[in-house]
Amino acid sequence: MSVAFGRARPPYRLRRLAGDTGAVVLAVVLLLWWLLPVYNMMLIALDPEGKTAFTGDIWPSAPTLEAFRGVLFQRYWYLQDFWHQLGNSFFIGITTMALTVLIASLASFALGRMRLGRGGVISTAALLIYMVPAYFLVIPFYLLMHTYGLMDSLWAVIAADVTFAVPYAVLILHWYGRLIPMELDEAARIDGASPGRVYLKIYLPLMAPALAAVGTYALLTAWNEYLYQFILLSSPRNKTVAITLATFFDNEDTPWNYPVAASLLYALPPIVIFFAVRRYIAAGLTLGGVKG
Amino acid sequence: MSSTPQVLAAGRGAVKRSWRPSWHRHLSGSEFAWAIAFIVPYAAVLIAFAIFPIAYGFWMASSPSLYVQLFASDEYWDAVVSTALYVGIGVNATMFLALLLSGFFMRRSRWVKALLVVSMLPWALPAQTAFISFHWMMIYWGFLNSVLEKLFGIHGPDWLTYYWLALGANIVASTWKTMPFWTLILLAGRMAIPQDLYDAADIDGANGFRRFVHLVVPLLANLYLVCTLLATIWMIGDFNTPDLVSGGAPVDGTKVLATLGVEYLLEQGNPGLGVAVVMTGLPLLIPLGILLIRRLHAREVQL
Repeated sequence: MSVAFGRARPPYRLRRLAGDTGAVVLAVVLLLWWLLPVYNMMLIALDPEGKTAFTGDIWPSAPTLEAFRGVLFQRYWYLQDFWHQLGNSFFIGITTMALTVLIASLASFALGRMRLGRGGVISTAALLIYMVPAYFLVIPFYLLMHTYGLMDSLWAVIAADVTFAVPYAVLILHWYGRLIPMELDEAARIDGASPGRVYLKIYLPLMAPALAAVGTYALLTAWNEYLYQFILLSSPRNKTVAITLATFFDNEDTPWNYPVAASLLYALPPIVIFFAVRRYIAAGLTLGGVKG
Repeated sequence: MSSTPQVLAAGRGAVKRSWRPSWHRHLSGSEFAWAIAFIVPYAAVLIAFAIFPIAYGFWMASSPSLYVQLFASDEYWDAVVSTALYVGIGVNATMFLALLLSGFFMRRSRWVKALLVVSMLPWALPAQTAFISFHWMMIYWGFLNSVLEKLFGIHGPDWLTYYWLALGANIVASTWKTMPFWTLILLAGRMAIPQDLYDAADIDGANGFRRFVHLVVPLLANLYLVCTLLATIWMIGDFNTPDLVSGGAPVDGTKVLATLGVEYLLEQGNPGLGVAVVMTGLPLLIPLGILLIRRLHAREVQL
């Protein structure tokens, strides 16, 4: 064949060796690329004075965990509410997750299993909202929260996060729900189960992987979201770690090891959660990505 | 990761859809009440927190004088140019690199799979953490300049005081953060290409490059287009990267529409003008959205 193709190819083993070497080189470059910003933060956090320059040592010569201790025991004045604000972040994240799973599963049950309305219209509407960048609504949202009396309230942030997570969740659950045979529902209905019972006893257990995916998605977006928290929350007791960190960085003369250490600690929960449930997330993200 | 192919294989087309009558002929009275009760929370959230704010936004930005004021300011046109450059370069660089990278992840060894898990780290990291790190690498006494000096003896520039370098920093940071997500989506698309096609190409003597051009590119074209459209829409609405990485430096040069709108609200107390900034993006966004929805409904691709 290769003769007919008119071009000599190097022997298979040589090609394979070259390919493998290339892959290893690429992998090293990629690892550097992905980890460099995190590595940079580790260096700053471990430096006793929080210097941002690279000293030339790959591992810092005098590393200290003082910054992490300072954050955890709230020793630095800027971070005196760290645990409380971390609690606020958790409250927003977990409430968003619970509400998203509840609202989206109810809606997708009504749309997909009870055949309420035409799925096409609803999924197009959900898609439209999903596509709207969150930032587009931030100004009217901000003014409406004034009207609703929800300024400086964690619930305003939760409302925003739920609004942007639910359409995506409905889409994913709607698609995933098609994998579950309708006959199960129909059998239960014939046995006299109400729609509520079918939802609780059949739909929710069978949808568990998809619910885990959308729940984690909602939790991660709420945790990583910054603009709405920044705009909507103002009093120290209602602030979250995300905003405190951002205000920190406006202040050029603060020792930078503290905010960096806090920022790294703040990044831990989403990373732990992500890697714990990555199977579901990957399935959720790419669910229906391409028709088989 | 292992469940992904099965899920993909069982997409929309794999499930036979039987024809069913719409609800008004199908649902009886009590069932209809149940269905309505189930849909009410969803509808209430969308109406109160999405549709109402959208309508309110349109009403706020309905005065023509706002646009006269906006179009007369240099600041606005600077932001338009910066947004166009940021999104135009950023989206295409991200998507093209993601396409190439997804090919790398098709390799079957175990360590490549482990690497794929690590690659999701930027995506899972909170934006504040990641972008602040980028910001500090680029400042004068930052990581980048000290590495340049230690390794090559070069005195680096003050990166964020030059327009193109600051814009480049934003683009690089955005690529760093979003590329893993698109790589994963395109990887899923590649995995859905039947192995027979690769085998056939192999027998015909196609090398890696020809296989990419004649097999992968045509088959992934639709998915690639959809991802690019979605990435464009999201990047136009990206507030975090320009705000946290360059912070608009130098002298508000790299400010984009997203940060300009929020600035009008918070610093100038002029929410109407802020919404007007958003509205001027609509002539671009609406066609993109329509194209995207049509592509999604066309067939083959869902997201």
